[in-house]
Amino acid sequence: MEFETVIGLEVHVELRTRTKIFCGCAVEFGAAPNSRVCPVCLGSPGVLPVLNEEALKLGIRAALALSCEVRLSSKFDRKNYFYPDSPKAYQISQYDEPIGEHGCVMIAGTSAPRSIGITRIHLEEDAGKLTHSPFGDASLVDLNRVGIPLIEIVSEPDLRTPDEARQYLEELKSILQYCGVSDCRMEEGSLRCDANISLRPVGQTTLGTKTELKNMNSFRNVVRGLEYEQERQRAVLLAGGAVVQQTLRFDEATGTTIVMRSKEDAHDYRYFPDPDLPRIELTQAYLDARRAEIPELPAQMRARFEQVYGLPAYDSLVLTSTQGLARYFDVAASQARDPKAVSNWLMGDVLGYLKEMSQEIDTQLMRPEQLAQLLRLIDDGTISTKIAKTVLRDMMTSGQDASAIIEQQGLVQISDEAALREIAERVIAANPKSVEDWRAGKEKALGSLVGQMMKETKGKANPQLVNRLIADMLRE
Amino acid sequence: MRGFGIRALHVELSEGRLTSDDLIRDSLAAIEEADGQVRAFLRVTGERAFAQASPKEKVTGAPALSWLTGIPFAAKDNLCVEGVPTTCASRILEGYVPPHTATAVRRIESAGGVLIGKVNLDEFAMGSSTENSGFYPTRNPWDLTRVPGGSSGGSAAAVAAGFVPYALGSDTGGSIRQPAAFCGVVGLKPTYGLVSRFGLVAFASSLDQIGPLTRSVEDAAIVLQGIAGWDERDSTSVQVDIPDYLASLTGDVGGLRVGVPTEYFETDMDRGVRDRVMEALDALRQLGAEVRPIRLPHTRYALSAYYLIAPAEASSNLARYDGVRFGVRAKDAANLLTMYERTRSAGFGPEVKRRILIGTYALSSGYYDAYYKRAQQVRTLIRQDFEAAFAEVDVIVSPTTPTPAFRFGEKADPLTMYLNDIYTIPVNLAGLPAISVPCGLQDGLPVGLQLIGRPFDETTLLRAADAYERVSGFASLRPTALGEVQ
Repeated sequence: MEFETVIGLEVHVELRTRTKIFCGCAVEFGAAPNSRVCPVCLGSPGVLPVLNEEALKLGIRAALALSCEVRLSSKFDRKNYFYPDSPKAYQISQYDEPIGEHGCVMIAGTSAPRSIGITRIHLEEDAGKLTHSPFGDASLVDLNRVGIPLIEIVSEPDLRTPDEARQYLEELKSILQYCGVSDCRMEEGSLRCDANISLRPVGQTTLGTKTELKNMNSFRNVVRGLEYEQERQRAVLLAGGAVVQQTLRFDEATGTTIVMRSKEDAHDYRYFPDPDLPRIELTQAYLDARRAEIPELPAQMRARFEQVYGLPAYDSLVLTSTQGLARYFDVAASQARDPKAVSNWLMGDVLGYLKEMSQEIDTQLMRPEQLAQLLRLIDDGTISTKIAKTVLRDMMTSGQDASAIIEQQGLVQISDEAALREIAERVIAANPKSVEDWRAGKEKALGSLVGQMMKETKGKANPQLVNRLIADMLRE
Repeated sequence: MRGFGIRALHVELSEGRLTSDDLIRDSLAAIEEADGQVRAFLRVTGERAFAQASPKEKVTGAPALSWLTGIPFAAKDNLCVEGVPTTCASRILEGYVPPHTATAVRRIESAGGVLIGKVNLDEFAMGSSTENSGFYPTRNPWDLTRVPGGSSGGSAAAVAAGFVPYALGSDTGGSIRQPAAFCGVVGLKPTYGLVSRFGLVAFASSLDQIGPLTRSVEDAAIVLQGIAGWDERDSTSVQVDIPDYLASLTGDVGGLRVGVPTEYFETDMDRGVRDRVMEALDALRQLGAEVRPIRLPHTRYALSAYYLIAPAEASSNLARYDGVRFGVRAKDAANLLTMYERTRSAGFGPEVKRRILIGTYALSSGYYDAYYKRAQQVRTLIRQDFEAAFAEVDVIVSPTTPTPAFRFGEKADPLTMYLNDIYTIPVNLAGLPAISVPCGLQDGLPVGLQLIGRPFDETTLLRAADAYERVSGFASLRPTALGEVQ
């Protein structure tokens, strides 16, 4: 029997605000445990929450960027549960009136582009972090994270493969990063993902029984977890069994899933409107102002790069992976003769060197205008491509102009035919074996002689010129 | 000075005849003499009071002292004061010292008011007699065998006994007005949102409101002036202009339209209470007010709605007392769940547990629509009842309670106890301001007259109450059970 996989994702994203959602505590990653707390986020008796408008703004901006309808009137609810990560024993969240609904994200898909529906986006506060003693004798509670603003983004069950889930997450992440809504650093927990997955016979319209996957700390592990679970469910179904509705934990070490709880243990969160917070009442003008804050998004940039700069789809995808890189390309390409050459340099040497240096495009020192200048120097024959690669590295670490580096280090290409002929004569005279080989029909011997030329000129000789010159001289 | 109102004390301080230290000493002496019988205080903060008191010296000339400067007051022990243990009269909060001060208390202290101590209440403000205090009940200064009312019973008894000229209480379903009525003092519940709830340990957040208990309407106006106003730390506090309450006390109620809710008088009301209220209505008529019957048709559903909404909110508000961070933690529990269960079983009294259970049930999946949601719909109807009534009248008058103060243990059945709040609860559901003023005695016990006003129209409410108080002569009534203290 053929099965179709159905996947829906629940993504929690920490909003990039300076302070927490209901108090004035600083939002910082990596601070000493329980050092970014106050009576309000600690839920001390008698305190009250006050909404941080910046969190609301970012939440709305995210909702609009993900093509959601935003409610002009919404509210906060209390989600009640007992656990030491929640000092009030309830989480302030949004239950039946989320800030955004009915959005979508476009992904490349497996064979053709697909629109993945977003059911809802709601605002809520984060919970604390528990560290359980390996000896089982204690649990340590860090409440710095309590009250950090979050949005939860729930997708429709529209994803059909684990790779589509990855594509959706990549796209979501770049949209939110472009908007300045969140860092989306999964390793720091500012983006977290739970996945629902079920299988059904191809052609069936009703959904199969799902399982929920938690604890995946990278996009790669989301894919691994879903692939494992997809195969596990397929095996269960093929054996005539039934999938049990469960919450599962992905175990990174073994690449398998482990049962956390089954449906019978489901919480009754006893949601009700939080009486401490007035309803959120917005105007259309307020939403318009948030919409105006949204920059050009990755999909729009990709389309523009392909149209305006004639880039292939692959290039535009790579170059828009971060807003910094996309903006960098945009500036450099607009000043260069050949945008594709800019793309090649960025995707090749620049990204390679950044990776080597563990840097980002925004932290290295070469400005996009300087990259464009470097390419012009190659075009006009001032330096060779090979020399340019060295100059590029220097530019990225020093921030100097290419022309300055070339000047200082005397790297200007030698294109003076008379000067090169003189050197070539010496090289030919000193390498009779190569000359003999060439005459015997060994084409490779020409390369050896060219190499000697480059060595003699410390790489500065114009390679095309040298090739032609040596070939001509050998024929003479 | 015992029995002096705020104005008289202010004059003594301003004219240099007394210092704040004199008032503190006098207050502490009164507490020392008689609180062994009344048991209004859970904690007396004398040392802190002397440290904060001003003016220290007898002043000369005419310094511009604010109304509350140098004058002692007591605060219900569900109002947080930084560095002063706050228990809510619950064992579960024993030893809890808040790191912050309630805005209402802070405003009084900024104006120079001097906190003398924290007073008793029904545990977490749940009750009508202080019998639910986790420590001890407070006694009514008019008759020590009777309750002072609740939940602000400590506040009312402390004012009635002459320990302090005024006290702060909180009112969720009548918790300021009912004890004020029982103890023969004035109790004002302001409009929801007029006084910041920041620092008030929440019972039912959409109903709770802080207000003063005083010996006169004038004092209530003075204290309200000191505590009213928007607070950035309470999102439910409202940004409204605060009028001059004292200036509104003109004594003139000519042409004031007074509504008497027919439904209230169809309930089981003590004969004497009915008579006192009728006499008060006569007095208002003689002052030129126009008294007419009004209808509040959904009154009979108010109690049921209240006993779903308030416990529902309480079940969530009180969930934080789980032994992890505040107050007492059960020892030697084998796991987290057992620790929660033992802590809460030992820490909460029976009435608090009852309400947590009711509230948890009302919010549970499958019951929410039938209980909590339905109760909220009833709440809207009750609010609309009042809106319709206030289209015809300026204030609504009723008894504060169906009976005068009852004896300890007399209302052992919780439902009977709940019925005591039948006239006060609709006011909280509608978020309106209301005041209880003494309207005479019945069998030697005070009876309270409740006046209800339009939202944020405390001026009309206070004007009416003050005008009545001036002609009634009951503001000077003093309890008899503590003879020599008075």
